[in-house]
Amino acid sequence: MNVPPTSTLREGLAVIGRGIKGQPRWFALAVLGSVVYGVMTSLTAAAIGYVVKQAVAPAIAARHVTAAQLWFIGGVMAAVVLTTIVGVIGRRVAGGVAMYNLVAMYRRRVTRQYLRLPLSWHHRHPSGQLLSNANADVEATWNIFAPLPMALGVVVMLVFGIIQMVVVDPWLALVGLTVFPMLFLANVAFQRAMSPRVTRAQQLRADVSEVAHESFEAALIVKSLGREDHEADRFRAVTHELRDANIEVGRTRGRFDPAIEAIPTVGTLAVLFVGTLRVSSGLLTAAEVVQIAYLFSILAFPVRALGWVLAELPRAVVGWSRVSAVLDATGSMTYGERALPSGRASHLQTERLAYAYGIQSEAGEADRNPAVVDVSLDVAPGATVALVGPTGSGKSTLTNLVMRLVDPDSGAVLVDGIDLREVRRGGISEVAALVAQQTFMFDDSVRGNITLGAAHDDDSVWQALHVAQATTFVEKLPDGLDTHVGERGASLSGGQRQRIALARAVIRQPQLLILDDATSAVDPSVEQAILARLREASSGTTVLVVAYRMATILLADEVVYMEAGHVVDHGSHEQLLGRCVGYERLVTAYAREAAEREAIAADEEVSR
Amino acid sequence: MSMRSQVLVEHHGVATGREMTTWQTLRRGVELSPELRKGIWVTVLLAVLSTLGRVLVPFVVQRITDDGILAAGGPDTAVVARYIGIALVGVVVTAFSAYFVNIRLFRSSENGLATLRLKAFRHIHDLAMLTQNTERRGSLVSRVTSDVDTISMFVQFGGLMLLINIAQISLATVLMVVYSPLLALVVWLCFVPLFVIIRKFQGIVGRAYTQVRERVGDMLGAISEAVVGAQAIRAYGVEDRTAERIDAAVEAHRKAANGAQARSVVAFTSGQLVSGLTTAVVLVVGTILAARGSLTLGELLAFLFLVNLFTQPVQQATEILNEMQNAVAGWRRVIGIIDTPADVSDPGESGVTLPRGPITVQFDGVGFAYPGGAPVLHDIDLTIAPRSRVAIVGETGSGKSTLAKLLTRLMDSSSGQVLLDGVDLRTIRFSSLRSRVVLVPQEGFLFDGTLLDNIRFGRPEASDDDVRLTLTELGLDAWVATLPLGLGTDVGQRGESLSAGERQLVALARAYLADPDLLVLDEATSAVDPSTEVRLQRALDSLTRGRTSIAIAHRLSTAQAADEVIVVDAGRIVERGHHSELVRLGGVYSKLHESWVAQQQAV
Repeated sequence: MNVPPTSTLREGLAVIGRGIKGQPRWFALAVLGSVVYGVMTSLTAAAIGYVVKQAVAPAIAARHVTAAQLWFIGGVMAAVVLTTIVGVIGRRVAGGVAMYNLVAMYRRRVTRQYLRLPLSWHHRHPSGQLLSNANADVEATWNIFAPLPMALGVVVMLVFGIIQMVVVDPWLALVGLTVFPMLFLANVAFQRAMSPRVTRAQQLRADVSEVAHESFEAALIVKSLGREDHEADRFRAVTHELRDANIEVGRTRGRFDPAIEAIPTVGTLAVLFVGTLRVSSGLLTAAEVVQIAYLFSILAFPVRALGWVLAELPRAVVGWSRVSAVLDATGSMTYGERALPSGRASHLQTERLAYAYGIQSEAGEADRNPAVVDVSLDVAPGATVALVGPTGSGKSTLTNLVMRLVDPDSGAVLVDGIDLREVRRGGISEVAALVAQQTFMFDDSVRGNITLGAAHDDDSVWQALHVAQATTFVEKLPDGLDTHVGERGASLSGGQRQRIALARAVIRQPQLLILDDATSAVDPSVEQAILARLREASSGTTVLVVAYRMATILLADEVVYMEAGHVVDHGSHEQLLGRCVGYERLVTAYAREAAEREAIAADEEVSR
Repeated sequence: MSMRSQVLVEHHGVATGREMTTWQTLRRGVELSPELRKGIWVTVLLAVLSTLGRVLVPFVVQRITDDGILAAGGPDTAVVARYIGIALVGVVVTAFSAYFVNIRLFRSSENGLATLRLKAFRHIHDLAMLTQNTERRGSLVSRVTSDVDTISMFVQFGGLMLLINIAQISLATVLMVVYSPLLALVVWLCFVPLFVIIRKFQGIVGRAYTQVRERVGDMLGAISEAVVGAQAIRAYGVEDRTAERIDAAVEAHRKAANGAQARSVVAFTSGQLVSGLTTAVVLVVGTILAARGSLTLGELLAFLFLVNLFTQPVQQATEILNEMQNAVAGWRRVIGIIDTPADVSDPGESGVTLPRGPITVQFDGVGFAYPGGAPVLHDIDLTIAPRSRVAIVGETGSGKSTLAKLLTRLMDSSSGQVLLDGVDLRTIRFSSLRSRVVLVPQEGFLFDGTLLDNIRFGRPEASDDDVRLTLTELGLDAWVATLPLGLGTDVGQRGESLSAGERQLVALARAYLADPDLLVLDEATSAVDPSTEVRLQRALDSLTRGRTSIAIAHRLSTAQAADEVIVVDAGRIVERGHHSELVRLGGVYSKLHESWVAQQQAV
């Protein structure tokens, strides 16, 4: 991420080139406007001179001014002003459009990557950083297009001005021209000094955003543990780092800015001094010196626009390096061409499936932590299989593999005999649906959260809600199906979110339904009703259900018991109860506990 | 009391700050960042000095032409050299004072804005939970990041330039009056319409920028779905739909930004137009005056020069005023959040500090309704004895979670009062309350860091051994041993490297380490497997003796273990007593219990 300052100029030009290619027309229009502005500005002095010579001076000499003369003066000046303004409007509006179009274009590209890259990539990148990439970094990259058209117009203006000077007096022009290389060198030195400092500030800006993002997402925990001061300290540390980095940027700017500003002024004075000498020697007329000095004073300010572009370069390069890290990220899933058969319950098989999470060892080296090891399953079409195992035994990872949210390290998932990796993009979610343990709600209406944009009428939405036992509470919501659930479904309780997520899966009438402890937040009676409805509704569906509770397990035709990523045993509930100790312990835990407590209570009553 | 609560509850959204005028915003902004004012006069004085230098140079250039080069009887080299000397002094003075101005300005503004960021950040955490939930997280983040950044851009570049410009405009006016009062009047008359336009456009441009800031918030919200909802989006194959939603938000922002840009271009070019036309008018009027003999050609040309000196800062000021509206839009949003009252507020110094020890909980006629919603709790009267372990059960939506939130003061009751050891909850200092009462919610957020860091979040001063002891006491040491790096295992973003059940274990250990006197568990083990849950339950039983614990649970194994069960139905307490009593009673609880038992038993 650290860009050596020497290459900034080259890389910056590459960024600019990419931007021009992205918005060629608006950019061309902006440059055209800027050229008009540049030419007209450098002609203003000549226009005044022309008007004075043609009308003002004669009028004063005649001690009488005619209406025609006044119209001439006003007309010429107004024409110059209006043309300049047209140039300015063109430059600014088109330049702005080009910049905002680029920003929007790259935001789309970056977010497309977020949607395209696999889940494992997301797990490696802090969400605060990804938000910053799509927001601040894209902006930092293309902000350079604000001063750029102006700067290019200035180049034209300079060429025009220089030609005028050379025509008037090459020697004087030469004096003036020494100023421009000086300006350029000063700007390059400035930009080199700025580059590392700006890079650091930009990185810290992302850090500040990351800390704020995480802290606000954790707001409830921070509050309930009274850790506000602790969080404020964490935020203060990174904020103060950013502050110091920004002050450092300001200090550098403070050193260069006044010097860069002074150079053209000194140039003007030099022109005047040399000019005076040449007038004294009779080589030049006074009017010519004045004209060149005036040109100089007009050019001095816009020339700074070149400086602005150079000053923006490091930010653009840093922004681009962060944006391109996302755009160039690989590891996306590849898809095949095949479609999964539709219209009947799926046949799900896994063959020696293995998956390990990438972690960092204590020494900071990449290591792998196996989550699923050598898992082979065979779920017949229309069967219901319960996946049971202690917390952290790899059940959720297995459901992710079956949905192809992640690809296995080895082995394969087959649906109706087809390896999921050969299925075309979007082909799996057409036939399978997953209700994850932790539900995600979109910032949308209840209806939108269930249909997810697919064409389902309200009747089928209500039907799905009925299966999920959610009709009662949805009816009570202020706008029914149209009620907006807020960001992440903030206005709903955990149990309500789970039931909407369930309805979201049910409405698709999946051939393969995967429930990952999907009813953990609803109470037992509601859960029972859900399971009963689900049973009715899912006759043509193969179901893989992660479960802890007996009622859920009893819905299953077969139980698969996992421990530490391995399948320890599988068979019917009764078979497993008889021969698998871990399983027996797990599923009878509540009953044993209840029995024990009752026994103790009975003892106490007896002893009383 | 209830009157006050009613008013407070109605006040739930975040203030947008939109109702503040530009001037009020700037005043309040400076008030919140006192560093901005510190030493400002020295900075202004230096700025005026650098302005003097800047004005001196063109003025001297003009004198050089008039008195030196165009001097009667040929160029006067001595005069020219003298003036150049003066100008060089001006250049040096300008450069040095500009250097100090720059540095002072960056220091004071960065310090001031860091203070503003911190105040806003802290206040967002102080806001009531319900207020926090009315805003998108992304929008809260933007208030301490990009909104503040727009202010810094303005303060560092625009604010001072504006002062300098005003100084330059005044100076140029004085010089113009000296040359020709009549022409000076003409210039000012030409600019009157511009000032009217600027005033009008300030409002228009300001609203446009406010729109842009709001669209940024929406856009961040939409983009964050693609990041946080990555799993759901892939599972349902709704990448295209999500992309459309993002595109719509990105497009809305682009339109708003272009709209604001177009408006500010109109405002800016009107400045340039008026400047150019003024030059034309001065030439015309000046020619008339000169033809009448009241002005020489030299004087007229010199005056044109002064007009330039006047119009340049006016144009620049117009531009800066536009940018100021952008900054003010950001500033308003930051101030808006800081000035949103923290409805559930810390009584602070004046508050009561409770001594440590088992807590008696008392609900006295407590009622609650969400803002604009129907009441969820009615007239709750309840006393929970110290050291007792209580389970609250009831159907989804019966109001039991609300009880937990009132008890931990995440929300305040709409009527009645909640008392701890006889003290109204609202009068207890947060520092005391939060250390004595801890809530473990269903979805315990984990930070990106190690397991150790996350558990220690409950009590930062705890040693590694304290953390290990806690895990051993809770019977979680065996589980930690299965993790690849034990306590040093990184839990990933939001703890996503762990399963939901494991995250709950961490959250529980974290709360337990905080060592509260009242522990409130809201479905804290819903994703944990039964045998771990039962083990945990037992560990907690022995550990929470001596404390008061309140558990909200769907799994009735928790209720069975409790000293007392409180059954909530439709916002009222309908039954209370020991598990076995309630089962015998044949009421709401016995029905819940029946379905629970049915779930547990093999057919």
